[in-house]
Amino acid sequence: MRNSELKDAVGSASVRSAGEAAPLLELDALQKHYPVRRGLLNRPQSSVRAVDGVSLAVRQGEALGLVGESGCGKSTIGRAIVGLEKPTGGRILFEGEDMAGYSEAKLRNARTKLQMVFQDPYSSLNPRMTVGSLLAEPLRVHGIVPKPDAAREVDRLLDIVGLPRNSQDRYPHEFSGGQRQRIGIARALALKPKLIVCDEPVSALDVSIQAQVLNLLKDLQQEFDLTYLFIAHGLGAVRYISDRIAVMYLGKLVEVGPAKELFLRPKHPYTKALLDAYPVPNPQLRNRERIMLQGDAPSPADPPRGCRFHTRCPLATPQCRESEPELKGDGGHAAACFFPL
Amino acid sequence: MNLFKRYLGRKAALPAPFGAEWTAAEEGSGNTGSRKMFLRRFRKHKLAVAGVAVLGALIVCAILAPIIAPYSPTAMTDEFGAAPSWKHLLGTDPVGRDQLSRLIYGARVSLSVGIGSMLIASVIGTVLGLVSGYFGRWVDNVIMRVTDMFMSFPYIMLILVVASIVGPGLTNIILILGFLGWPAVARLVRGSVLAVKQTDYVKASVALGYRTPRILFRHVLPNTVAPILIFATSGVAGAILDEAALSFLGLGVQPPDASWGNMLASAQTLTVLTSQPWLWVPPGVLMIAGVLSINFIGDALRDALDPRNNK
Repeated sequence: MRNSELKDAVGSASVRSAGEAAPLLELDALQKHYPVRRGLLNRPQSSVRAVDGVSLAVRQGEALGLVGESGCGKSTIGRAIVGLEKPTGGRILFEGEDMAGYSEAKLRNARTKLQMVFQDPYSSLNPRMTVGSLLAEPLRVHGIVPKPDAAREVDRLLDIVGLPRNSQDRYPHEFSGGQRQRIGIARALALKPKLIVCDEPVSALDVSIQAQVLNLLKDLQQEFDLTYLFIAHGLGAVRYISDRIAVMYLGKLVEVGPAKELFLRPKHPYTKALLDAYPVPNPQLRNRERIMLQGDAPSPADPPRGCRFHTRCPLATPQCRESEPELKGDGGHAAACFFPL
Repeated sequence: MNLFKRYLGRKAALPAPFGAEWTAAEEGSGNTGSRKMFLRRFRKHKLAVAGVAVLGALIVCAILAPIIAPYSPTAMTDEFGAAPSWKHLLGTDPVGRDQLSRLIYGARVSLSVGIGSMLIASVIGTVLGLVSGYFGRWVDNVIMRVTDMFMSFPYIMLILVVASIVGPGLTNIILILGFLGWPAVARLVRGSVLAVKQTDYVKASVALGYRTPRILFRHVLPNTVAPILIFATSGVAGAILDEAALSFLGLGVQPPDASWGNMLASAQTLTVLTSQPWLWVPPGVLMIAGVLSINFIGDALRDALDPRNNK
């Protein structure tokens, strides 16, 4: 059991033992490089490695938190999963199938099972459509319910996310940020998806509203047996909602593990630094030993050799500068560090 | 589903902040609200309101021309080049046709050229701009280079050449101005599409598995309509002037049919200019009034449709 958990955490498809249920979503060495064009001929000169070989498995029914600084590639992963970005390398397996080979029609169909909740509720709803038509459109396009039932289904969706039914005739600009995010969640739910990628769904909201939306997401997960990939840079929200957490740095995973375990005993110095950066309300704990990061993350266009974190790591050794550590560990808790804490 | 009850129940017992969200959003309730806001902003432009009145009057005249015109615009009377009188309120032209009747029928020509050609230009320009901006890459390159080509020709020369090939006449003028007017619209639309394409609601519609035509026409187009409408309004004024210029040069609407442009053509001689002002002042004034009205309306639309303007 320990062994299989480890392999799941590392997410390598090839070594999974037979008979074990396949994860709902699997990223296999996913890469997304953006060419940098310069010069007269406009030829790609180098590339920004936004995501550089990420392997990760999301199990049915769990909430996997994906955290990291801005620019570490976490949102790119989310967009690639729902098909908004084309990976430049690696595979995305949903229910064990690679969607890259799908035909246009099959892809559109498959997309109904993978939905996304966007970060900015002010730009994710078409301002020229009423809430009713925003929610009815996916139902109609994919024939989720028979036509006469569409209005009732929209009412049901509004009930589910806790908005009044008379919202149907209103326009998005008439709602607050939290309410808009509820509309966005209802729209994602309309297609009865299996997995929802939440791309920092609460970071644009007031703190008082954040908790409401997080509670809603958590309740919905139980009610509809949803699987979440929850992307965030704030650890608080992630800790609240996630069963497991994956930490990214400069396009790579540095640590994956069960949420509690990762918060209590981070293995990677970067994870520790992230946790230490979080303010602690208890003043008696203020003198604890902390890792404080200096400076900014290096550019993903020119990542450092060896371990990508070595330029900012207080524990770096010559070995870290030379070779890159693999993601490894036990009990489903893995870290990419030669000297795990 | 006890989840329903929980959320519904929770909402009823929600503290003040949640209720406050509603009052903040109360102002514009639905479609009627945004329409009211639009009207309020539009009415602030006094000149535009006057413009609507003038343009409305012109349109009524054009539609009801056969009823309100005292004479047929092509019928010759026995008074040649007569000064205004009770019989001919605005006098007659050198061949004895009633000036007022010709003026009224001329409104038909000007307005149909203006509106007709701008409709054609807007449809072509919008479709090409949408496709160009949304698909990008080589599609964008090809369409934009063609647009550049069209824009680099000397405009009036091109119209003259085409008009001389296909022949003058009302329909041809509308078609020529329409098919030569689209590049500006295409550029404008492309620009807006490039901005709208980046928004999350367009990305969401991709993730929701909609087909491209639906995304283009239901999600992208409605959000680029405001600049198109504003541009098209001033385009109508431009087309009216272009028609007048063509008719003045003799390549537009041909006599005996009346258009403001070919009525002005009679002002080419010094004797008419000095001794027969009733031949050229009324069409000139009407043209200025019409074009100004349309431009004022365009300005007001720009202010009223700008979502950043929340006054």
